[in-house]
Amino acid sequence: MFQGFFAIVYKETRHIVRDPRSLFLMLVIPSIELTIFGFAVNLDIKNIQTGILNQDKKIESRNLVDQFVNSGYFDIIKIFNNEEEMATAMRRGDIRVGIHIPPYYTDRILKNEHVSVQILIDGSDSTVAMQALNVSNAIGLRASIKILSKTKSLPSQFPIDMRPRVLFNPDMRTANFMIPGLCGVILQVVIMLLTSFAIVREKEQKTLEQLVVTPVSRFGLMLGKLVPFLGVGICETASVLFLMRFLFQVPIAGSVLLLAFFAGIFLFTTLGMGLLVSTFAQNQIQALQISFLILLPSFLLSGFMFPQETMPRVIYWFGQIVPATYFIRILRGIILRNAGFWDLWHNGAILGVMGIVIIYIASFRFHKTIG
Amino acid sequence: MSRFMSQLEGNYISQQVYTPVIQVNELTRKFGSYIAVDRVSLTVRERDIFGFLGPNGSGKTTLIRMLCGILRPTSGEAKVMGYNVVQESEEVKRSIGYMSQQFSLYSDLTVLENINFYARIYGIPRRQRKERIDEVVNIVEMKPYLNQLSGALSGGWKQRLALACALVHKPKLLFLDEPTAGIDPVARRDLWNLLFDLSARGTTFFVTTHYMDEAERCSHLGYIYFSKLIAYGSPEELKKMADVTPQGYVRYEIRIDRLTEAMRELLRMSFVRDATMFSDVIHILIEQGREEELQHTIQKKGFYLQSLRAVPPTLEDVFVTLTRSFKR
Repeated sequence: MFQGFFAIVYKETRHIVRDPRSLFLMLVIPSIELTIFGFAVNLDIKNIQTGILNQDKKIESRNLVDQFVNSGYFDIIKIFNNEEEMATAMRRGDIRVGIHIPPYYTDRILKNEHVSVQILIDGSDSTVAMQALNVSNAIGLRASIKILSKTKSLPSQFPIDMRPRVLFNPDMRTANFMIPGLCGVILQVVIMLLTSFAIVREKEQKTLEQLVVTPVSRFGLMLGKLVPFLGVGICETASVLFLMRFLFQVPIAGSVLLLAFFAGIFLFTTLGMGLLVSTFAQNQIQALQISFLILLPSFLLSGFMFPQETMPRVIYWFGQIVPATYFIRILRGIILRNAGFWDLWHNGAILGVMGIVIIYIASFRFHKTIG
Repeated sequence: MSRFMSQLEGNYISQQVYTPVIQVNELTRKFGSYIAVDRVSLTVRERDIFGFLGPNGSGKTTLIRMLCGILRPTSGEAKVMGYNVVQESEEVKRSIGYMSQQFSLYSDLTVLENINFYARIYGIPRRQRKERIDEVVNIVEMKPYLNQLSGALSGGWKQRLALACALVHKPKLLFLDEPTAGIDPVARRDLWNLLFDLSARGTTFFVTTHYMDEAERCSHLGYIYFSKLIAYGSPEELKKMADVTPQGYVRYEIRIDRLTEAMRELLRMSFVRDATMFSDVIHILIEQGREEELQHTIQKKGFYLQSLRAVPPTLEDVFVTLTRSFKR
């Protein structure tokens, strides 16, 4: 019944030892990934990117700002001069929370008068929005109690009134936040895999060997392989976004045309990644293994699931080299916040530059493989 | 060795009236410190069927890759169809056809789609394309299979399809890297008849093989061993090489019982220089005038000697002997 058991165990062990690449994937990669992602996976929202519009600038308003900072939840990264600037920053996705302190704040506090502070919250990420909402309310409450404890008379309402206003996705629907991101991640993975498979298949089935002895030019070969997949990518993007809009009922606040434009840049970069993967892999299984290495960071570090601002610095920068990061920002910007071209162009530019660099390296390596 | 080679080359050139299609001069390729092809020189003339032989890993494929313009030589020079393989590799690729031992076409495309694809890759203008495709389909007699997926073809037909794809741009020179490896004997014979047809129509072939019967059919042969070309000439010239049958030695074919044991005994005899076992006979190389002694000894050892006759060397004898003397 167990005839040959030890022979198979022995043979299998030899296979594993003989294949250092797979051994590396088996032993080293999981540890590295756990380390990186372990730090990234964090739903305790801290360091929410916050902007301040302080029209008062006197002592009491500065105290209030300090309380926000000291809570540990808010990271003041921008100071604004007018409401317009703050709105733009929020639409661009630079800040998630905007604190607007009115000009008469200190005077009113000192006069024991009622004052309200407006908290603008970007509702696109419902987790972050909820946290910002709760913490700012708590800070308002604490500040009020502090003031009340010094006064003798008891006013009818709390002296400081935090007025949170959730912009974009005001219902804080999780689907509205998650599904655009999911679209980005899925597109990146599928298109990269398809492209790398198509090229590696030529290596695997030796058809490349026949092609290289023909007068086919290197660019003709490379672009000829990529263009049909650009077509596939465009259809795929359209169908994924269609499902998002009509099956999951995620409204698209911004311009669909602009979305298509940025998606084009993203596809270009992703095709390049597929090409790059194909130059490392000898067969489709290896291509799958390498793609898997790129897949996890796309899910965990891109801001798709976990807010990037809570990640440790090093991990955060890891996230910045994943193309999905920028595409997800663009998707959320257009779909949720009605962001325009000038709000998002820097994300598109980074994607484009990444694409050019990746294609350049990939084509260089590709030429070496076929030459 | 070089003495014989230059002597051979002298004969070879004087016999030929055709123009050279491949000219290789001191071609060398190194991979790191490993020398894959070591100063190989040879000439292939129009309409030759040049058979290139040698054990696996001796440098055959490396040489072919250099001649096809896809691998740069480390030193030396090669011209194919008059083009330098380094500076004019694109022209070289345009003017040659190449077929490898492994089926390297798209198995999920039909026969016609594959041929059509290569017709386009070679830039045959749309108007001539149909005509050219019909022509090669007729040459390889594949009309009934045009719409079959090429992955579903048998080995022999796959090779015919590969040949069609390699011929579609009318190359004057075809490189065939072990074209008959792994296909059945009948298909092998058919393929060779096809090559003869094409050769008669003016195509030159550079073909590698491990089969001696195929080597016999070539007009010229080159034998590469440990990266060096150690024999070069027509099959007849190679059989006459002094190294193969040294002065004072004769080659005999022995028919005998218990072949393996007989081999062992033969090699023990002082006047036997070499013995090679074939399927049912042994070829031995012995000193002239020792025949009687040989017969006597064999019979004394209790073997039954069926026949003993002097024979010219076969190509297999040639390569076995050359390989052994090269090792020494």
